[in-house]
Amino acid sequence: MHIIDRRLNPKGKSLSNRQRFMDRAKKQIKEAVDHAIKSRKISNTDGGERIKIPSDGLHEPRLVGDSKHGVRDRVLPGNKEFMAGDKIKRPPPQGGGQGGREASEDGEGEDSFQFTLTREEFLDIFFEDMALPDFVKKSIKEEVVHEYLRAGYKKQGSPSNLNLKLTMRNSLARRLCLRRPSDKDIADLEDKITALRARKRSTDKQKKELVALLEELEVLKRKRKVVPYIDPLDVRYTSFTEVEKPNSHAVMFCLMDVSGSMGEVHKELAKRFFMLLHLFLDRQYKKVDVVFIRHTHLASEVDEDTFFNSRETGGTIVSTALEVMQQVIIDRYPPADWNIYAAQASDGDNLNSDNAHCRKLLTEEILPICQYFAYVEVWDTHEAEMFSDDSNLTRLWQVYDEIRQTHENFAVKKVTKAADIFPVLHDLFAKNKETKDA
Amino acid sequence: MAAPKSNGATGPKSQAPARKKTVTRKAAMAPIFEGAEWDFTKVDNCFQAIEKIALEEMRLDVYPTQIEVITSEQMLDAYSSVGMPMMYNHWSFGKSFLRDETSYRKGFSGLAYEIVINSNPCICYIMEENSMTMQTLVMAHAAFGHNHFFKNNHLFQQWTDANAILEYLQFAKNYIAKCEERHGKKEVEKILDSAHALRDQGIDKFTRRQKLDIAAQRQRQIDREEYERSQYSELWRTLPETTKKNNEEIDAIERDLAQKLGLPESNLLYFLEKHSPILDSWQREILRIVRSLAQYFYPQRQTKLMNEGCACFVHYHIMNRLYDTGQITEGAMLEFIDFHTRVVAQPDFDTPYYNGINPYALGFAMMKDIERICENPTDEDREWFPDFAGNNKAIETLKEAWRNFRDESFILQYLSPHLIREFRLFNLHDDMTQSHFLVNAIHNEQGYRAVRSALAAQYSVANTDLDIQVAKVDLHGNRSMVLSHSMSHEIPLNEKQARMVVRHIHRLWGYDVSLNSIDPSGKVIKTYAEEKQS
Repeated sequence: MHIIDRRLNPKGKSLSNRQRFMDRAKKQIKEAVDHAIKSRKISNTDGGERIKIPSDGLHEPRLVGDSKHGVRDRVLPGNKEFMAGDKIKRPPPQGGGQGGREASEDGEGEDSFQFTLTREEFLDIFFEDMALPDFVKKSIKEEVVHEYLRAGYKKQGSPSNLNLKLTMRNSLARRLCLRRPSDKDIADLEDKITALRARKRSTDKQKKELVALLEELEVLKRKRKVVPYIDPLDVRYTSFTEVEKPNSHAVMFCLMDVSGSMGEVHKELAKRFFMLLHLFLDRQYKKVDVVFIRHTHLASEVDEDTFFNSRETGGTIVSTALEVMQQVIIDRYPPADWNIYAAQASDGDNLNSDNAHCRKLLTEEILPICQYFAYVEVWDTHEAEMFSDDSNLTRLWQVYDEIRQTHENFAVKKVTKAADIFPVLHDLFAKNKETKDA
Repeated sequence: MAAPKSNGATGPKSQAPARKKTVTRKAAMAPIFEGAEWDFTKVDNCFQAIEKIALEEMRLDVYPTQIEVITSEQMLDAYSSVGMPMMYNHWSFGKSFLRDETSYRKGFSGLAYEIVINSNPCICYIMEENSMTMQTLVMAHAAFGHNHFFKNNHLFQQWTDANAILEYLQFAKNYIAKCEERHGKKEVEKILDSAHALRDQGIDKFTRRQKLDIAAQRQRQIDREEYERSQYSELWRTLPETTKKNNEEIDAIERDLAQKLGLPESNLLYFLEKHSPILDSWQREILRIVRSLAQYFYPQRQTKLMNEGCACFVHYHIMNRLYDTGQITEGAMLEFIDFHTRVVAQPDFDTPYYNGINPYALGFAMMKDIERICENPTDEDREWFPDFAGNNKAIETLKEAWRNFRDESFILQYLSPHLIREFRLFNLHDDMTQSHFLVNAIHNEQGYRAVRSALAAQYSVANTDLDIQVAKVDLHGNRSMVLSHSMSHEIPLNEKQARMVVRHIHRLWGYDVSLNSIDPSGKVIKTYAEEKQS
């Protein structure tokens, strides 16, 4: 008999089959994912997602008998009261456990298939039809700062990293142990030899001594050769290791106009946009904070529920939101330590006199410290049809559009329906933003 | 019963050789292990103790065993590749993996404690989570019980080739991977989908198995087939007819051709592999792989009850012997009995747990019953089983049964009135056109034979497999293929699935396909057809 321990064999033998299954069920899974994202909180993207998909197209048909017709004999265990010849009323269809089970045996009762996607799979599918914008990838990569930290010593390295102190210490120890003759030893010996040679007449004894000394010198010299002053064994290099700088967290500001003019449709669109952005940043940074700021003619920081679910009335002054954002940054998110992203959603209504103030705030205060600022103007389809003309731009849009032309980290986009959101996000985060808006 | 021979090397505790006829429960040997933790030495010692009982006392005949320790994750992996150590890739295995995983993670279902593979050497997976008692049980159950059955049952001997299966699986996996590389995953998936739909119709029921060959031989065979195909195919005959033939002559030719093609043919996959006008050689080879594997599993489907019964009997016997000789502790024995009782439980039909007849329960009960009849028969047993009642050779009698029967014939031969009473079996006649079930036999003198034959019929191939054949292929006209389904018990096909399967057959055949359900009088009840798309 052999016992083989297979526990250390590579895991995930079924991964490739799992992948095939996912490919097969792609359409259904995609729908399920899109559905799942709707009902989810923005910041809640940590776990995987339990997905339930209909089994259409995933069914493996076989030729089987129809369980609803025909004549069968069944032998059952556990008879208690029946006698031969008894008649038992047929239980109503679907009622009995028997019927239900048989239905699922032949596949008809199999209604849906449930399993859990890993977070990676979930996000892959989610971002699948939206290639990661180059701009973001690139800038975020740069954001990850690498630092070199001392990490002990090693035996190989470049000469510039040679650690002299340690090398010499090793060398000294080795030389001592192996009794390498020092310069002084040799010099002393040579002095003696010279002294002996210097004599005009030397006795036999002295001659013998001279020979002995010369031999000794010879031995010492050989030993010095054999035991080098610095051996490759002694050499040590200082080791450095590359570490990611902990500067990998980001804060995302969600600014939204919640005045009466923003309807459910607008908010839904905005929410999706924010959510995508969050997912997106979350894939790149270790930690992403989300700050929700809503505004009418007054702005305040709120929690997510309030942000999306309550509606206020009042005028619209966009700059108030920017001011709050600025204040939050000053209070909690020093730009040196945080990557700051902001997304603003509005229907474009703003108090006319406020636009100039907005421009000033953005260009002078906010944009210089922001990684990226995206403005999305949400219109419902009805509005989009009415104002399809270029001349019907909102004032805010006009102002922002001007800012965009001079600032690379500022983007404006218009969203009219849910389907626009992926492409818009993609456009927003594309590296060389084409100026094809408006 | 032969006294175990102590040859010093096998028994871990050979300083205390087993006494002849250990009657007392006194420990004759020191226990091999205590506590739940297992390690490799303990497993090894245990295996040797089991082996001694199995080979020297029970005289089982087994393949050499290879025990492989795996984790629960790997067990899930093994599940999804139909219990085989390797398998070609297909999405359906991923689907079953996800389903098993979900239900395992949610706690709806546990995992099997062991998987055993009908191969030589016999591979037996055991899970690392098992306690030492479970490892002992699993080894007795799988490495000796199932192993003996695989090696000796005539169905396995005739239909499967334990020596070649692992190599064949390797070949299949590589071949399909190569096809995917060359022809694309989509194309291969299509063929596999269609082939899987016909898996049940890919079995040779009447001819002997063909040897599963190793890769080199296979390659030669493929080349040969390819050559033959390129040389001649009845389907591709394009010579113009010289003279008008009358009907009789055409009939004669048709008959002749049908004979050449081997019609009627019940192995649809085989027929398509050999005669489909549209498949490439690699597609034919894939059909062949699916067919070969279906064939390999065919005996397992027919001997589920016996196989489990045999394994349960063997593990029960061995565990008791280990306990009698003091090689396992009382604690281990209790753990075993607790587990064993749950495995061989048969819930009554009216409990919520009822899920058909438990093959472990009925199988084990029948084996124990045969043992009882051999050693302790009643007058009734003597009347019913004159051949072996009271012969005092229980294990020989059982081995005889394990060798020569399958579930259907085994029940017909060995199910005793005693057991029918014990299980309180009754037969329910279920005619879907009636509003009532009819109880037509119960566990009484008048009912025994009826119950027994009804139960046997439940396990018969005729009942579990549909009778579907290639009836006719039109070679001179539109190359359409006609399949016939001979209905039994007035059971038609499941319509939704039949339509899908016919579509798959059409994909493999390339021309019109129709499937007729025919009742015993020869009347066509229903036709499923798939026409060639224009």
